Amino acid sequence: MTVDMAVLRAEFPILSTQVRGKPLHYLDNAATSQMPQAVIDAVTTHETQARANVLRGVHTLAERATDAYENARADVARYIGAAAPEEVVFTSGTTSAINLAAHSFGALLSEGDEIVFSLLEHHSNIVPWQMLRDRRGVVLKVLPVTDDGRIDLDCLDEVVTRRTKLIALAHVSNVTGAVTDIARVVAAARDVGARVLLDGAQAVPHGPVDVAGMGIDFYAFSGHKVYGPNGIGALWARRELLDEMPPFMGGGEMIRTVTVEQTTYAPTPHKFEAGTPPIAQAVGLGAAVRWAMALDLETATAHVNRLTGRILDGLRERPGIRVLGPLGSQGRAPVISFEVDTIHPHDVCTILDHHGVALRGGHHCAQPLMDHCDIVGTTRASLMPYNDDSDVDALFEGLDDAMARFA
Amino acid sequence: MDTDLYHARILELARDTSTEGRLDAPTASATVNNPLCGDRVTIDVIVENADISVLGHKVRGCALCRASATLIGAHAPGHDAASLKVVAGAVTAMLKHGGPAPDGPWQALEAFRPVADHKSRHDCVLLPFQALVDALDQAD
Ligand SMILES: Cc1ncc(COP(=O)(O)O)c(C=O)c1O
Repeated sequence: MTVDMAVLRAEFPILSTQVRGKPLHYLDNAATSQMPQAVIDAVTTHETQARANVLRGVHTLAERATDAYENARADVARYIGAAAPEEVVFTSGTTSAINLAAHSFGALLSEGDEIVFSLLEHHSNIVPWQMLRDRRGVVLKVLPVTDDGRIDLDCLDEVVTRRTKLIALAHVSNVTGAVTDIARVVAAARDVGARVLLDGAQAVPHGPVDVAGMGIDFYAFSGHKVYGPNGIGALWARRELLDEMPPFMGGGEMIRTVTVEQTTYAPTPHKFEAGTPPIAQAVGLGAAVRWAMALDLETATAHVNRLTGRILDGLRERPGIRVLGPLGSQGRAPVISFEVDTIHPHDVCTILDHHGVALRGGHHCAQPLMDHCDIVGTTRASLMPYNDDSDVDALFEGLDDAMARFA
Repeated sequence: MDTDLYHARILELARDTSTEGRLDAPTASATVNNPLCGDRVTIDVIVENADISVLGHKVRGCALCRASATLIGAHAPGHDAASLKVVAGAVTAMLKHGGPAPDGPWQALEAFRPVADHKSRHDCVLLPFQALVDALDQAD
């Protein structure tokens, strides 16, 4: 079966836009994916028919808004395989989800406790742990990466100790596209009683995940990378952990009772959602994951893998281009980073922009990995199922032009 | 195709390594980073009687950044801090507000005018000027 590309692409209004007089070839999906009309409509319908604050009002719109918000939580819970909607805390994205974990789970840690992350993490899975180290004196340990851009899990034995309390890793690297072997990480963590947090920002866009089945403890992701709006994401954690963790921010919507002396908190997950949440965005995320669940995943994955293979082959055929990451399509997501000899990633991206091709160039918020590879940055192409062969053709037409100009 | 951003003159300046290299005993040196892309420019200056007598630079950056540093390497020696700050201000105004290129040998900066249309790339051209101004402030 093939994906009916014309039908699929027509669902994404932005794909018919032009940039610099050229049809858009959007290959920067790992930074932000595009929204189908169904998501845009869900947000508009909410804003025009149910816009109100949640949880407190007793009027009809407030009830509609609360239902819509909590239904979105249930949709997200289904998409990620959570045992219950209460295990899903809405945040503004992956970054705020990891920061929430660093504060609230971090509050349960003591000086000398160890946290393990890896050299290829996005800054959002490094900096919050460094800040926690500076607050609480935890010790940070770093897993190295292999030559093909994977987290080197052979080093788990060496790096994970009896003092390890958390292993925080990318489920999929936003630079190399490598998929982490979670079973090995969970086994290493179980041996010492450590928790596992996954940064799922680049995994969730490519199909439902199974947080309960993976045996992990925390999962963070962003809505805007999975067909959803900006400003919404989630932290999933096991119910007992969320119950044990103190709240991160204080304010309205997260309390049970407040006196001037003291406050008791709302139950999980609301005790982590202080203030008016991004309601329409949550509704949009609910619609986005429903849209993703309705997609024929097997066909979509085969389609995206074929395009990934075309890109990897085309890059390998061109002298002077080096792929940073797994060369095969096994154990990788459609996130492809490469270096073009003597051409800076931003020069590549600007020239490709004139071909209508949107790429990302730079350090991808992974400076430790760039330093390790001794490069300033890479050029990155990343795919979603709405990409097609014309996007790959335009990518190579642009790359050949860039290489000819700089020859 | 309209990529006149990367016209022959810019590429020639980007490839030109004649003014590249660090100085052994500079009066002052400054390094600036572009957090957007991780690019880094270091400029060393020796200042004598208020004028730059020798300038060295090291660039880890894109073609626009390297081309900009080449022009600074070629034209900054012999000038004082005040006049170079005027040049730095004029390049900024040229990119951001369509102002004229600075006078004299700095007319060569006209080569960067097409960058004006690419806001996300302005800093690539301006980074070496920022390093120059920082170095001059230190030498002051
Ligand atoms: C692996 C990874 N982690 C974290 C993030 C941060 O996501 P956000 O900026 O949506 O919080 C990103 C986004 O670029 C990412 O790719």
